[in-house]
Formats: sequence, structure tokens, C-alpha cells
Amino acid sequence: MKDLYLVYKNLTRKKLRLFLTSFAIFIAFLIFGAVTALQGALNSGVEMSADNRLVVFNKINFTQSLPYAYVNKVSGIEGVNQVTFANWFGGYYQEPANQVVTMAVDPDSYFEVYSELVVAPEQKANWLQNQAGVMVGERLAKVNNWQIGDRIPVSSNIFSNKNGGQTWDLVVEGIFTASDPQVDTGYMVFHYKYFMETQSWGGDYVGWIVLTTDDPALNEQVANAIDESFANSQAETDTSTEKAFNKAFIEQIGNIGLIIFGVVFMAFFTILVLVGNTMVLAIRERTGEIAVLKTLGFSSPRIFRMILTESCLLAFIGGLLGLGAAYLVVGALSQMMARFLPNLVLGPDIVLQALGYMLLLGLITGIAPAYQALRLNIITAFARG
Amino acid sequence: MSDDNLFELKAVAKRFKKGKETISIFDDLNMTIKRGDFLAIMGPSGSGKTTLLNLLGGVDQPTGGEIVFDGARIDGLSEGDLAKWRANNIGFIFQFYNLMPMLNAAKNVELPLLLTSLSSKQRQQRVDTALQLVGLADRAKHMPSEMSGGQLQRVAIARAVVSDPKLLLCDEPTGDLDRQTADEILEMLQLLNREFGKTIIMVTHDPAAARHATHTLHLDKGQFVGKDEPELQEKSA
Repeated sequence: MKDLYLVYKNLTRKKLRLFLTSFAIFIAFLIFGAVTALQGALNSGVEMSADNRLVVFNKINFTQSLPYAYVNKVSGIEGVNQVTFANWFGGYYQEPANQVVTMAVDPDSYFEVYSELVVAPEQKANWLQNQAGVMVGERLAKVNNWQIGDRIPVSSNIFSNKNGGQTWDLVVEGIFTASDPQVDTGYMVFHYKYFMETQSWGGDYVGWIVLTTDDPALNEQVANAIDESFANSQAETDTSTEKAFNKAFIEQIGNIGLIIFGVVFMAFFTILVLVGNTMVLAIRERTGEIAVLKTLGFSSPRIFRMILTESCLLAFIGGLLGLGAAYLVVGALSQMMARFLPNLVLGPDIVLQALGYMLLLGLITGIAPAYQALRLNIITAFARG
Repeated sequence: MSDDNLFELKAVAKRFKKGKETISIFDDLNMTIKRGDFLAIMGPSGSGKTTLLNLLGGVDQPTGGEIVFDGARIDGLSEGDLAKWRANNIGFIFQFYNLMPMLNAAKNVELPLLLTSLSSKQRQQRVDTALQLVGLADRAKHMPSEMSGGQLQRVAIARAVVSDPKLLLCDEPTGDLDRQTADEILEMLQLLNREFGKTIIMVTHDPAAARHATHTLHLDKGQFVGKDEPELQEKSA
């Protein structure tokens, strides 16, 4: 028998209380795990944005296009390093409900600007040679079980094909991955030139321009220079960092961070009061037993540690079960919502954060009763009966 | 201090503050307890029996005087040192047993051994021996809720002796038991005193219980007011 055995026996002596308290902690950590994973998924675009990457949109809004000529003009601005551009395609696979994020991009520069995307050189070479080729992100390929060489009919709910219909037959020439698992690979890209040549509207425009600067310190200066150079034109621009753009885009839904903080704070505050109260009552019930332990020669600091261990153990029992449940819930949701929330994962950072909160919860809820036991006077305790 | 003396109290004072008033329990208490004594302390409620037991057990500190145990003063020890001293030297037996309800008999007996450096196997051997000594070897796995008052007190005695302390302090050890069970417990204490040489100090209200001791000291208003001779004790027993 060790002290830990005593702690365990004390913790499990009232099974119903243990169950109810652990259940409250379980719920709090289930909420924390699921909601934090959701926040991570929504913020992954912001987190993963390169510091020196800027996006140029039409000032009216991002659904309005920009003249193709802007690409060369932007390239010539001082401080600009690499430039690429893209056009929204609005694709779906087989049926409209099966949305696939598809963009027509400049094949020569796209993967240079998005350097966090990893493409095998031979796959990229094959893609460059095949105008109807498409590069598919790893996550999207996995969801649809697409392999290299597959011919996939992709339809647009915006554009029409010159040969009639709204479907483009594309060939999977490569599957790109990412250097960081948080980077979104739930989309695909095909040739801008092929898109322009085959779609019925034609035109000489791009959806948006993406560029990198020589140094993140130049971002503001370059952004201002771009917007100034197109001021008073038919298509004025709004240039911002990719991070700022993604953040603003997410915040259209509402202040997600504040909502999530509120939910998690309420959940934790409730269990803090509940578990803290339970621990205080549990230790008060054991006043006589603590006095006996002290009489036998157990030192006050040792009893203090035992009570803190008990409260931490309680927090970890409920917390780990809750986190485990959150892992299963997030895993299931991730499968169901792979297209909308491709980065919905309960990653190691959330696990570490949760473990930290469990320890903190255990310490905060245990400190008052542990201190009470530390200060307990044997004679007073026995006199109380 | 003679080698025969285990405990010596010299001019011990104990006072409490109650509001503005100071209540004196002992003013100038002197006593000597020899090794191998089985001493009963009797007295009316409020005479200071429990306070004396607390001082002897190192759970309370005197406000004046000296308490010498085995040649060393304990009255100035810190709370931590007193806890160590209690673990090494004293076995406690309480009126209401004070066993841990969530531990079985064997685990209750093992508790004081957690404060030693004995291995798990050595602890188990000691626990088995202690439970055999009190005749409860077959009840090792029983929970306190499954045992009678007499059995609970036997477990408490096993817990008190398992770490082989020099002194057993008993606070009304038979106060919650019927006559027959009380006698069995007192005979067990006599056995520990005679056969194993344990020094025992027992506080009791019960003259029949006191007759099992080798000496009885009568305490009243913080003073010893009488002493029964060993011969008398033997005759009475």
C-alpha cells in the first residue's frame, strides 16, 4: 500500500459522488475539446497564412474580378517577390450537394507562391503538360477516393462550358500534400488558361492576385503601392495580408473567438464551483480521519499532497474521458464535414492545453481543502467529534 | 534521568486562553513513568486526563515545564518533528477505534508502516504478525463495517503495535464495549505489557478497567491526588 492507494480509496469511497463529479468534468472537457478543435479548424487559414503573402481583391468585394493586366503591373511594383493569380470555379462532383473547392490557377507560379504545398516534381511536370490536368489536394483526394490518372467530371454552378453543359472532364495528374498537417489540402486547382479558353463567357480577368513580398516588413508599403497604382481606375483594389483577409472572412460569421471563449469559460467556471464545493465537503467529512492520520505520524505536508493528488486525479479521470469523447466526436464530425471544415482535428496542441487545464482544475479545486487539512489541529478535530 | 524512566514530566504547565480569561489545566505537574509500566489514569471529567494524554502523545505542547522522553526533551519539537516522533515511538488506541472505513483490517493495520522504510513484503509480514497477535488473522480482508466493536478495537490494537512502538497510549479503550469484550481487550493489553514489555498509559473512567493496570494515578483539577499501589492492583485484579 502506498499513499496513492489511500488517495484512490478515498476518491472511490462514494461511487455516486465520484460518478457525478467526474461526469461534470467529462462534459466540460468534451465541450472544450470539440469547441477548441472547431476554433482551430476555422482559424487554420489564419494560422497557416505566410507572413509575407498578400492578396489583392477588387475593392467592391471579393466576388468581383480584376483585369488580367493587373498581374503584370503588380509584378513590377517594388518589394514584390512572386506573383500568382486564381479564379473561383465553384465546382461540384456528380451532384450539386457534393461541393468540391476548385480554382483555376496559373500553373507556373501557383505552387511557387504557396511554398507550403508539396508536389512531386514528376507529377507537376505531367500537370504542366496536360491542359486538362488537375492537381488535387491530399484531403480532397482521400474523401473522394481519387487516384492519379482518374478522369473526373467536375461541374460548375457558375460557369458554362463552350461545348455545352457545365461539366469539365479533368484528369488527376498529381496529388499535393502540405508541409504542415494544419494546412488545408481539401481543394483542387486546374489550368487558368484552359478554363478561360473553354468557358462560354470568355474574358480577360482574374478573380484575385496573390503575391509574396521580399520581406514581411514591406507588406504595408507594398499593399499601399498596389492600391495607389489602381486608384481611380475602373477596378480599384483592396490589398491586405492573407492573414488579415482570412481573419476578416472568418469574422463575418461573428466573433468566433469570443463565442468560444464564452462557452468554454462558462463550462469551466461551473465545474470549478461544483468540483471545488464537492472537494471541500468531502474533506470536511473526513476531518476525523485526517486527525487520526496526523496522530499516527503522517505529516501535514504529506496530507496536503495527498488531498491535492486526489483532486488532480479526479480532474484527470473526468478530463481524460471527456477529451477522449471529444476526440471521437471531432473524428466523426471531421468525416461528415470534410468539405466544409477540412482541418477539423483534435491535435496534440489541444491535448496539451487540456492536460494543462486538468492539472490547473485539480490544483485550484484541491488547494482550499488541502490547506484546511494542512492547518487542521488534531485536538480541535477530535473535540469536534 | 534514570535509564528506567521512559517519561518524565517536570513542572509541566498547560493553560488555555478563553476570551480574556486564562484557564489553567496544569500548573506544576510532575510525574515519572518507568519502562514496562502499565499505568491507568483516572479522574472525573475536566480533571485534565485527556490533556495529559495529548501532552504525553505529542499532539499538544505544554505552556511551561519539560517533557522528557527516553532521555530527550520533546516539548520544544516542531510539528513535523513531533509527527516523526509519534510515528517512531507511540501507538495510539482510541475509544471509538478510529479506523479508516474505506480500508480493510490489514490495510488499516499497515497504515503506520507507511511512515517507515520497510518494503512491501516486510510490511505484509508485520501486518500478518500483528493480526495474529490480536487473533484476527482470518479477518484481514474484512472491512470495518463488517466487524463488531471488539474486533474493531483489536484491529486498532494491531495498528498500534505493528510498528513496535515503545509506548501505547490508550484513551478509554473499553469505553464503547460491553464488559466481556472490554475484559478481553484489557487482557490483551496486559499481555502486551507483560510478554512484550510495552509501556502502556491508559486513561479510563472505569475502575474495573484500571484494575488491569499495574499502577493507577488519580487526577483531579490538574493535580495527582492519589495512587493505587501495585500490590493493591494485583489483589483487586
